[in-house]
Amino acid sequence: MRMEHVKGSKRGELILYALSTCGWCAKTRKLLDDLGVEYSYVYVDRLPHEEMESAIWEVEKHNPSGSFPTLVIDGSRAIVGFREADIREALK
Amino acid sequence: MTGEGIPEQTIRKKADKIRSDASAGGYLLNPDQSFVRELVAGICVNEQRYGYPACPCRLASGSREEDLDIICPCDYRDADLNEFGACYCALYVSAGIASGEAQVTCVPERRPSRKERRKESRSAPVFAGELPEPVWRCRVCGYLCAREGPPLVCPICKASQDRFVRFI
Repeated sequence: MRMEHVKGSKRGELILYALSTCGWCAKTRKLLDDLGVEYSYVYVDRLPHEEMESAIWEVEKHNPSGSFPTLVIDGSRAIVGFREADIREALK
Repeated sequence: MTGEGIPEQTIRKKADKIRSDASAGGYLLNPDQSFVRELVAGICVNEQRYGYPACPCRLASGSREEDLDIICPCDYRDADLNEFGACYCALYVSAGIASGEAQVTCVPERRPSRKERRKESRSAPVFAGELPEPVWRCRVCGYLCAREGPPLVCPICKASQDRFVRFI
């Protein structure tokens, strides 16, 4: 899956599944940028059909509601929604 | 976030329409103007992309029928306003948030998951005896009317005919 990579300080493997149209996804990206951490992100709404399906499947694995933004940390835990305090705490 | 080539004027016009419809129905928009502009830009993108103004904070399927519940204003707006003081996107907010007394918090997704939606068969209406006319319910605002079919446009919230379901 095509992902955009943002360079920064390493706090584990961070993958942000987001929508290009969503205000909360934009806020989450901005928070990650402000924290200066390294992360990858993908705008699922802009993916071609097959890649979109695998992205949705990946999101649902960590977040059964399949909602956005979903921030997956080290492939093992996810923070769903723009939960600023939780994100800050997890990336300390 | 981007307007994906949508002219600023289109976004402004849409925002004005959303604002005037909201105020006519007694709803309030988020006091953060630039956040509202971003959400409206997202709605315009979705309208251009899918042909209907799907919620900018949810992934639309491209099928209007499947996404009827998330066409803005969505079926979940009122329940989220009651419980969290904001709709899922926080485009619509409570009086407390609009006046700055309260802050928007993260609103969890109320829409059933894809799996749950697949399971949900269109629930059959419950009949309470013989009625001279069936009763139709607007899924956006709850307006009820007893007539042969639902109106083209909800007279209360202006939602389109396909947002109505048979109630009794």
